[in-house]
Amino acid sequence: MSAPVTNMTRQPALLGTSGLIFLAVLIAVSVLVPVLNLAVAPDSAVHVPTYVVSLLGKYLTYALLALSVDLIWGYVGILSLGQGAFFALGGYAMGMYLMRQIGTRGVYGDPVLPDFMVFLNWKELPWFWYGFDMFPFAALMVLLAPGILALVFGWFAFRSRVTGVYLSIITQAMTFALLLAFFRNDMGFGGNNGLTDFKDILGFNIQADGTRLVLFVLSALALGLGYVLCRFLVRSHFGKVLVAIRDAETRVRFTGYRAENYKLVAFVVSAMLAGVAGALYVPQVGIINPSEFSPANSIEIIVWVAVGGRGTLVGAALGAVLVNYAKTYFTSGMLAPYWLFMLGGLFVAVTLFLPKGIVGTFYEWREKRRQHDDIPGEPLASPRPAE
Amino acid sequence: MTSRARLSRLARVLCAALALLFAAALIERVEAQDISAPLAQLTTNKYDDTEAALGALALSGSSAAAGIVSALADGKLVFGGTPPRVFIEGAGGALLDPLTMQAVADAPAVKPVRVNNRIRRAIDAASGALSLVSPDAAKRREAALAVGRSRDEAALPALDAALAKETDLKVKSAMNLARASILIGKEGITPAERIAAVDLVGAEGNQDALAILRSVPESAAPEVKQAAAAAIESIERNLAMWGMAQNLWYGLSLGSVLLLAAIGLAITFGVMGVINMAHGEMVMLGAYTTFVVQEVIRTSYPGLFDASLLIAIPLAFVFTGLIGVLIERTVIRFLYGRALETLLATWGISLILQQAIRTIFGPTNREVGAPSWMSGTFDVGHLAITYGRLWIIIFALMVFFALLATLRLTRIGLEMRAVTQNRRMAASMGIRTNWVDAMTFGLGSGIAGMAGVALSQIDNVSPNLGQSYIIDSFLVVVFGGVGNLWGTLVGAMTLGVANKLLEPYAGAVLGKIALLVIVILFIQKRPRGLFALKGRSIEA
Repeated sequence: MSAPVTNMTRQPALLGTSGLIFLAVLIAVSVLVPVLNLAVAPDSAVHVPTYVVSLLGKYLTYALLALSVDLIWGYVGILSLGQGAFFALGGYAMGMYLMRQIGTRGVYGDPVLPDFMVFLNWKELPWFWYGFDMFPFAALMVLLAPGILALVFGWFAFRSRVTGVYLSIITQAMTFALLLAFFRNDMGFGGNNGLTDFKDILGFNIQADGTRLVLFVLSALALGLGYVLCRFLVRSHFGKVLVAIRDAETRVRFTGYRAENYKLVAFVVSAMLAGVAGALYVPQVGIINPSEFSPANSIEIIVWVAVGGRGTLVGAALGAVLVNYAKTYFTSGMLAPYWLFMLGGLFVAVTLFLPKGIVGTFYEWREKRRQHDDIPGEPLASPRPAE
Repeated sequence: MTSRARLSRLARVLCAALALLFAAALIERVEAQDISAPLAQLTTNKYDDTEAALGALALSGSSAAAGIVSALADGKLVFGGTPPRVFIEGAGGALLDPLTMQAVADAPAVKPVRVNNRIRRAIDAASGALSLVSPDAAKRREAALAVGRSRDEAALPALDAALAKETDLKVKSAMNLARASILIGKEGITPAERIAAVDLVGAEGNQDALAILRSVPESAAPEVKQAAAAAIESIERNLAMWGMAQNLWYGLSLGSVLLLAAIGLAITFGVMGVINMAHGEMVMLGAYTTFVVQEVIRTSYPGLFDASLLIAIPLAFVFTGLIGVLIERTVIRFLYGRALETLLATWGISLILQQAIRTIFGPTNREVGAPSWMSGTFDVGHLAITYGRLWIIIFALMVFFALLATLRLTRIGLEMRAVTQNRRMAASMGIRTNWVDAMTFGLGSGIAGMAGVALSQIDNVSPNLGQSYIIDSFLVVVFGGVGNLWGTLVGAMTLGVANKLLEPYAGAVLGKIALLVIVILFIQKRPRGLFALKGRSIEA
């Protein structure tokens, strides 16, 4: 499918070939997996066991997280080493809702206080836990908690024109500070152990196969919608300004644009996407703890995007799934001790030999062939380094 | 066992030994001071008599008394025969005359002098009093301090007796202090005497003095209480200042650790612009080099252990420097101008290095020992300073100034600065920029390795060692200003001191969080750090 031509200028389609393929695959997976899980006999070769469903669901939330990084790194040039913090905040918001749903079924049977608070001898619920027994409020907080943090942090950082390496390092400091804070028992977020032992979500048993399938499909849906949203943003006028900021921020500013506002909006949207990913991640994995804030996690997200292809959106999602599949595959077998060699080697190899990532390299190859055949095609959206 | 009890036992043993040594020389003096009456009292084997005898012995000043008291404490004091006499049971059960310490020819049947808790207390007091007249001045001073801490009124006569004879000024002042400590709480002395005692104790100005001053009895005259309150206030102010100084010292110590961790990064990141996430692993490799050096020394040359760190420092520098050159030649050199991508590649390298070390040495902590010259503490005023920390501060500063000198004064330093400032111009002038790049990265890595040698002394040597320093190191470099070594020094010391000054108010974790937030806000104010480089190159 070639790009449709609108007006006189060639505007890329909302989805484009790779986008359509991506969505088609996503729909196919979200239909096939439940079918293979429910309708196929457990002893059949093509049966998908429930744990695999949850695993795939986890990959999909990672893909959404990678998408959120690609939006700001690929299109605005903001290398955030703290994206994991937004993911974890979304996860904690969901985790708090799930904790309140446990009710009297906890070890201590307290109707209001989660187990860890009873254990710490707390008498009443801290104010910031109020409202988390209601799902709509929790869902709102999934968006607001990361969104507000991103807004405040970004407002300070972009207004002061903290860019490049400096920005990366203070985002890392931010997630590190949050890591330390959430490790403290006094914070009221379960300290070291985090939040776990969830029972049900919206009245459905969280362990049940059906719930898992629904969560999986919801993750696929969120990824699909997230992709369309990002795609919509980057091909709009707004997105063009973002790319311009990435390539020459000073020039954009001299042209009369308030670059910091553009960056701030992208940053907040990206943080909210990450928060949604975290909120879908927690019920499928069954736990959220402070290690999600660790700076190493955030760096790993960057690697998924780099492997798949920075500034391609589809590539980010693909990279997240591929790297995590490899991680699951290698860390569960005999090769487990060598996984870090593999991962480390992958980082080095991708930056050296595949700087545009898998999808970016494919686009480049296709573009070359088109030029060779003199066929007009989709303009290339691959980024050039911003430094 | 309390330190006081240990002290008095030490005193007893020492006194016994001294008594033995000088027994022959002092024999006339011993006979001059008649202690036959208390000795006779000991043979009745009644607790009251024994206690009285101990009191008399303590005041006698006889050099034999210490031996007798210590024998009693050890259950070696026996009596028997007709008329009953006291002996000291020596090695092999031989009976010794308590005065001459000579074996007795016709040994009668004997049994030990009985001891109960009351007598044990009396023994402690007596041996304390006897230590006050020990021939060793240091011993006497220690005994005086012990008496001052115990504030036992019963020791007053012995103290007065010792004071009258004392000639050593230091010992005399210690005894005066002990006497004042006792007098403050004593009943039935004049207010003037008590005020004098308060002043004397107040001048001492430590925690012990505070406790003594707080014990001024309610019944004391108002002017005494006033004097005590004033003294307490002045001591507390004084101690608060010393507490501040102690925190400052801890801060400088932490700052020097940060400086060590960050200084190599100031080269690879600050000067070259490589976001070197493998920097922490260079520190770790340095620490493991120390471990290997110590292992070799332990198994082959045990005598060299004290020199192990001095041997490890150049080895770590060369080893990690070579690894750094290798990394630069195989990976980094393809990534110049793509700073953010160097982050990914070096992060990958750091994972590989961690896993390599884990595979070779195992995931657990390895033990790295401290040479004797790095252990122990000494006091400056009320500051306790550990030698280990002091050496690390000195080492950090040495490394810093050596690096500064290298960059300023040597040919390679000149070439490094030239290449960073204008690569193409430097190349046109005939500088081999490739070679300079490799050397610069090697230098930064080598310095990280040397830092690892020092950090192996204060941190666990495990494959994760580097991870704990990497974030702090980046913050220090960014805070101080990228590309400015002085900025790194000031940044490290500022962050170290700020951290330790925040800690008493906020606790360790909250203090650290507060500091991170402060640094983040500071970067907003000065996006290029404390000492920003100026000029057109910064936007490039």
